Amino acid sequence: MIWAGYLTVGMIFVYCWNLVSETTIWMFVWDAHNQAVDLGERMVPPKWDYMSKLWWPIWDTLNIATLGTVLALIMAVPVAFFAARNTTPSTVILRPIALFIIVASRSINSLIWALMLVTILGPGVFAGIIAIGLRSIGFCAKLLYEAIEEIDEQQVEAIRATGASGPQILVYGVVPQILPAFAGISVFRWDINIRESTVLGLVGAGGIGLQLNASITNLAWTQVSLILLVIIATVVLSEWVSAKVRHAII
Amino acid sequence: MLRLQNLKKQYKTGDLALKGVDLEVPDGQIMALIGPSGAGKSTLIRCINRLVEPTGGKVFLNELELSNLGAGALRRARRRMGMIFQEYALVERLSVMENVLSGRLGYVGFWRSYLRKYPQSDVDEAFRLLGRVGLDHMVDKRADELSGGQRQRVGICRALAQDPELLLVDEPTASLDPKTSRQIMRLICELCKERKLSAIINIHDVMLAQMFAERIVGLKLGEIVYDGPPDGLTSDVLTEIYGEEDWEATIRKVDEDENGESEGEADGHLAPILDRDRMAGAT
Amino acid sequence: MTGIAYTPGRRWKKPPLITSPLLRWSLGLGIAVYLALALGTTEIDWGRVAEGIPRGLRFITGFFPPDFVTRWDEIFQGISESLWMTVISTVVGIALSIPIGLGAARNLAPRPVYYFCRAVLAVSRSFQEIIIAIFCVKLFGFGPFAGFVTLSFATIGFYGKLLAEDIEDMDPVQAEAVRATGAGWFQWLNYAVQPQVLPRMIGLGLYRLDINFRESAVVGIVGAGGIGATLNTAFDRYEFESAAAILLIIIAIVMAVEYTSSFVRKWVQ
Repeated sequence: MIWAGYLTVGMIFVYCWNLVSETTIWMFVWDAHNQAVDLGERMVPPKWDYMSKLWWPIWDTLNIATLGTVLALIMAVPVAFFAARNTTPSTVILRPIALFIIVASRSINSLIWALMLVTILGPGVFAGIIAIGLRSIGFCAKLLYEAIEEIDEQQVEAIRATGASGPQILVYGVVPQILPAFAGISVFRWDINIRESTVLGLVGAGGIGLQLNASITNLAWTQVSLILLVIIATVVLSEWVSAKVRHAII
Repeated sequence: MLRLQNLKKQYKTGDLALKGVDLEVPDGQIMALIGPSGAGKSTLIRCINRLVEPTGGKVFLNELELSNLGAGALRRARRRMGMIFQEYALVERLSVMENVLSGRLGYVGFWRSYLRKYPQSDVDEAFRLLGRVGLDHMVDKRADELSGGQRQRVGICRALAQDPELLLVDEPTASLDPKTSRQIMRLICELCKERKLSAIINIHDVMLAQMFAERIVGLKLGEIVYDGPPDGLTSDVLTEIYGEEDWEATIRKVDEDENGESEGEADGHLAPILDRDRMAGAT
Repeated sequence: MTGIAYTPGRRWKKPPLITSPLLRWSLGLGIAVYLALALGTTEIDWGRVAEGIPRGLRFITGFFPPDFVTRWDEIFQGISESLWMTVISTVVGIALSIPIGLGAARNLAPRPVYYFCRAVLAVSRSFQEIIIAIFCVKLFGFGPFAGFVTLSFATIGFYGKLLAEDIEDMDPVQAEAVRATGAGWFQWLNYAVQPQVLPRMIGLGLYRLDINFRESAVVGIVGAGGIGATLNTAFDRYEFESAAAILLIIIAIVMAVEYTSSFVRKWVQ
């Protein structure tokens, strides 16, 4: 049984490999190490004084990630309550719609969202914020609705027994139980969004990706290496912040 | 007065939990509901305030029929029935005070409750209740920082904050040690007496039921098999309810416990509470 | 009533979440200032947005019905390229990440190997797939090969890190017990380490397959093969009906992969 599994995976792999190698120009591939050395030489040393032009894009990148996360959270909360089996007002209509929103938002990469929004809203930070927001709804709503489904029903029952109304049951019985999960999810997604927003500029949706794209098209490799260093620094910093905050919450 | 008429509950799985129960609980009576696990005790209590929807029969609270109320009227009716739970069912991440005030949710509007702006009279009552059960120094502690007995006291305060006519008590002592169980049961009964409440206490500990209740109802497989005074619980009756077992030991132990009850209660921080209990009993 | 004294009129307010008022206020002020600055510096060209709304509506109407037919050949080509890339990069990526993951586990590897492997993982995880794809296209030329290398590299970062963490978290008692029998290093891996981490790793492998497919849909934007290129062209030409069709196909495939993988995961555990 296990061997049959391995065999199938192996066969699929070989088949796919053949298809890929047909469309590959192997000459380029064999030449890749020379290219790499060449590129490496052209990238050092990073052009440090270019930094002065990067502060503004970094600020934009940060804003795209943060405002996008805030936007996503605002929209994800109702979606999560509609999607959770124990809080949805209607299992027949609203729950499937909420689940579809979650899947659609999660299946489509933020870069594709950005691509769409740039054609619709025009290039700029605004499209980036919306793209990050739309991409993150699914992620946040999914984790949140799983948290809602895991709450202790007895606490909710006790609040219901006092004669509380529907909204009061949510605020007293459900919300306190999912608040820690909510905070954790926000910080976690913010961290991911910092990473995602560094590339949105490639399709024109603002942030440091714009400079990266421009530098690559102009073959300004010393600028590219500086931008890459900046991206690493930002990502490491945001990871550190999010780990700190999550630690403080839990 | 609470009156159940031919109350039935069949779960979706097909299990018949209540097979037509008729029961009357006059005002001010403390009634214990005993029976083996799965007898339908919990279902019976929950059918009264419709946390579980009964599938047949009627429930009357002072001539108000509860079983066919709409959502709004049901909420108003629920305010009149305080409920105390087995695992305390406090909202663990809220403070003691917020838990007690949540008993007022049926009376205040959404925004008031959301902003925690309860009327001062509600806050006064909450402080008074917490003082009565000896927890007024823990008002702003979070519920999950309390011990089991303390949590159950908060649960009692929440139920009483509703200013109910009837207490529905579901296994109040199941997660407590024997001594705390006694204290909690005594507290519930005293408070019922003070406020002239009737109570249905669903309990599996026969000894405790005999000690504290005025009337005992035995439930077996969704049917009432005993209804009478505590001392009517003979070995035969217990066999009828729970099945064959040597019951003499249980019955005898009740007597002994009654004698040895006030011993060894001097330890730690619980002592003042007990003194208050005694004081309250004396007045 | 009882004889317990209580003070009527005693006020109660919900205790604030952050007890120190200084910290509370400065935090609130900080957030307010940040939001004001962030929103203030975000340039929104409302004229352009207004202009875009009819286009957005056209895009939405593109979903009713989507046009699968006109560009079917390109769509089919792109989707199948994405699928091949996904499969081989997941397999190769996982195969490569096993030695690196083992090397990055503190309880298995000697220090220098540990630091080297951790560095590889860190680089792979810091960069978005798309940045790596740009470089791969430079090195290997246009086409799915570049996409394959990109996704494999990204898989190493993801899978290697989780594998390393799993190995570090495993039960040391079982590992000791097997070592005590005098087993060799590879035997030890096979008997002590593998059984403890395998079930979760299979689940994560399927999860990565899912991620790789989603990513394969974007690396095409920079020329690394797959459906992304087709999608990009569709947007550039304002062929919203075709774009809608592509998006629906992507969503359907992601759902299918997710569904199968959750099924397989249940079956494995």
